[in-house]
Amino acid sequence: MSLRNIGHRLYQGEVSFDFVGKRKIWYSISGVIVLVAAIGLAMGLHLGIEFKGGSVYTVQKPGLTVTQAQDAANKITGSSTAQVQTTGDGKVRIQVSSAEQVPAETFTAELSKDLGVPANEINAQVIGPSWGDEISKKALLGLVIFMVLVTIYLAVAFEWRMALAALVALIHDLLITIGVYALVGFEVTPGTVIGFLTILGYSLYDTVVVFDTVKENTRGITKQSRKTYSEAANLGLNQTLVRSINTTVVALLPVAALLFIGGGLLGAGTLNDISLALFIGLAAGAYSSICVATPLLAQLKEHQPEMKALARKVAARRAADAKAAAEGGPQDAESPEDGDGVTAGMVGQRNQPTGRARAKGRSTGRR
Amino acid sequence: MATPKSRPRDGYPGRALALILTVTVALVAVMFATGHKTPRLGIDLAGGTSVTLTAKSDDPAAINKSNMDIAVGIIQKRVNGMGVSEAEVQTQGDNNIIVNIPDGGDQQESINKVGDTAKLYFRPVLALAPTGVQANATPSGSPSGSATPSGAASPTAAATGAAAPAASPSGAKATASPSASKAGRAVSDALLADPTASGSPAASAPAATPSAAATAPSTPDMSAALTQGTVPADLQKQFAALDCSVAGQRQDYQTDPAKATVACSYDDESGLWYKFALGPVAVNGQDVDKAQAVYDTQQAGGWQVQLSFTDSGSQAFADTTGALAAQAPPANQFAIVLDGKVVSHPYVQQSITGGSAVISGSFTQADAKSLANVLSYGALPLDFTKSDVTTVSPQLGGEQLKAGLVAGLIGLILVVVYSLIYYRGLGLVSIAGLAVSAVLTYAIMTLLGAGIGFALNLPAVCGAIVAIGITADSFIVYFERIRDEVREGAPLRAAVQRAWPRARRTILVSDFVSFLCAAVLYVVSVGKVQGFAFTLGLTTLLDVVVIFLFTKPLITLLARRPFFANGHPWSGLDPKRLGARPPIRGGRRRPSSAAPKEA
Repeated sequence: MSLRNIGHRLYQGEVSFDFVGKRKIWYSISGVIVLVAAIGLAMGLHLGIEFKGGSVYTVQKPGLTVTQAQDAANKITGSSTAQVQTTGDGKVRIQVSSAEQVPAETFTAELSKDLGVPANEINAQVIGPSWGDEISKKALLGLVIFMVLVTIYLAVAFEWRMALAALVALIHDLLITIGVYALVGFEVTPGTVIGFLTILGYSLYDTVVVFDTVKENTRGITKQSRKTYSEAANLGLNQTLVRSINTTVVALLPVAALLFIGGGLLGAGTLNDISLALFIGLAAGAYSSICVATPLLAQLKEHQPEMKALARKVAARRAADAKAAAEGGPQDAESPEDGDGVTAGMVGQRNQPTGRARAKGRSTGRR
Repeated sequence: MATPKSRPRDGYPGRALALILTVTVALVAVMFATGHKTPRLGIDLAGGTSVTLTAKSDDPAAINKSNMDIAVGIIQKRVNGMGVSEAEVQTQGDNNIIVNIPDGGDQQESINKVGDTAKLYFRPVLALAPTGVQANATPSGSPSGSATPSGAASPTAAATGAAAPAASPSGAKATASPSASKAGRAVSDALLADPTASGSPAASAPAATPSAAATAPSTPDMSAALTQGTVPADLQKQFAALDCSVAGQRQDYQTDPAKATVACSYDDESGLWYKFALGPVAVNGQDVDKAQAVYDTQQAGGWQVQLSFTDSGSQAFADTTGALAAQAPPANQFAIVLDGKVVSHPYVQQSITGGSAVISGSFTQADAKSLANVLSYGALPLDFTKSDVTTVSPQLGGEQLKAGLVAGLIGLILVVVYSLIYYRGLGLVSIAGLAVSAVLTYAIMTLLGAGIGFALNLPAVCGAIVAIGITADSFIVYFERIRDEVREGAPLRAAVQRAWPRARRTILVSDFVSFLCAAVLYVVSVGKVQGFAFTLGLTTLLDVVVIFLFTKPLITLLARRPFFANGHPWSGLDPKRLGARPPIRGGRRRPSSAAPKEA
């Protein structure tokens, strides 16, 4: 069956992936990933030269080998600490730590002489040792400010439980992304930091879209007795699943283009750094909004007295329905209990008939 | 509920579309009219050098906006004063200044100049002496000091027997002559250039010229003491130990403006290093209002530097010159100290009031300009360190831009293909929306480049590419909502309207989150992060504009077309394919003829 039909059946609740009910599985998976990420972090990130200070020289010359460049660099610095690598596009990148104390002009001039490359074709970047720290510090500050603001915003626009769940999912995504960097040993550059920061917006964007549907689905939920909050949340999740997949695919496509094509053409660089972090983060963000944020939200909500009462009511009704079904006559005892005074919105009304038709099927969340 | 929400029909989609298309066309027209057809490219794309300076200060309160702005102004003048055109200097974050020097010209010199982000002080000279050579060399420095073209010069210098341009740096006797020479002018404002500043053979009296260099070695008997002056006890040790000919010792000793200190100076003429004992700062370089090199036509006295002080500077200057004039040489000199290095040390004849002064002497035009430049722009209110210096050749920059554009284009094509496959007819809408978005983004970036100097750098390109996803995201949210409505059994026209309020809220909420992120990053962050945040914020805003004024109206219009309204299989809104169920309630008309349950 085509994706289209799956979309339809997901929407109607005919096909339902029980994300919320199986939260323990997702929590465990996330827990393991986060743990691994934490171990990776403990091992330390591979920081780029921007964080340590030093200079980077990029030379392009046909036939120039790493050995030649290394020799030249060693000669200039008088030591062998220079890090030489090819960038995949025929360029040779020489990193010299700031401990060497060779002025960039001198280095460029010497390099130009030794390698026979015009000095103005050598790109030089000199970075103070505190520059990366500065960027990270600011980024961290931005992160904290953003988290506070967005939590307040979500708490006002939605409710604090949603804000909390979204925040947990966000931290989860960041941890995973940074953890991957630590484990794989990708170099962390300011470009990477940009990538990390973008994940903030994106991860939340995704979560917000899901929560918006969940909020719609659960409006006036205490006035009925067919589904618990968790079930309604799971339905919302499934209804937005196609959208989530589509938006994630659509977001990943340009990023993948950046990563594989931009990076492929140029080798390591800002493009690659940003897109790599984004790629990991986007994937993590899509996963977490479905498998972490929503289940967590449902869990938090189920602790509310109203929701506990609702859960009991639903259970009682199902028992009654089952009994009635056994006896033969359908029973439709809807007790309009005034919960928070919100009238059932159009969503509720529209959904009810379909819900009635398949109440059982949905409640069990069969696949 | 029974009456669908198409009260004012479905709005006035035509107007909204006309509005955004007019705005788009207008922006593009402005773009062409003003001749700014491409966005300004950042250094990393166009090639050039970018220097990031970070303010450092013991007093955190000193790093404030006004001081940063002053510094930017000074660096701006300094860089562009070097003849480098279009160099841009701007603050970034709280304590950074980015200097972007485009390709071409002498970049290295510019970078060095930018690095000279020194503090400029006027300090009284307590003592000076040559270093690095035996004491004998002492007076040698002086010849350069030919400050006094009058030539009368110093008897003291008689040592050489040469015609003696103001032989003694001490300038002791020399004082007399210049004053004489200037007598005819409004001399109250004259300072006389010192050894260092001079150097131009041309300026010195004919007799003096040749002697200059020659003098030095030939005066072994000259005692260092002659030039020394009195060094305060607490400074004595440091002064004695200082050897300016050793590179390592030539550093900025000005730790405290209120304390006496030592400094070095290089004399081009004699090729000697001098060391100075200097008193506490008398006038801060910030108090120099203006300085310019002018040619003294009246006296044919050659090039000189005129400077004027601010109000507070005038007072301090008057006080100090008054005190100095009364001193015996060499303590009647002022040292102009830039970055811990004495760039000039004219001597004072008398108290200079009125807030303006002239430094005259044997300047070449270049010397005078250089000194004026230092005086005008040398005084930065803060210390700066170079955090990051990046030089990108235009070739590499061009390649990066190309790679970015290729990546963006391919990303765009992938998104287009995906939406066409998945959304079919609706995919065309999203393509049109992306196109409008792209044109708007391009036009705004271009105009911002011309207007506020926004430069498209590599991270900004990344931001724009990432924004493709965000923009497409909003379409998907809306499309899915419409399809949900169609699944519910609503006819398309009603579905488009009914889906809108919910989709709108979702889009606004999520775009707000995105924008908040971009805004916080823009305000807080520095460097590359900022360019990225700017683009992201801009495109997020445009996303809202496009979805409200373009996508929604366009879909509203299209929903009236039979192709979409009847749910043509290729429209992406085929109720059958979407599995719409027949309407349950009476109020809703059923969509196209047959929409039975699938499966």
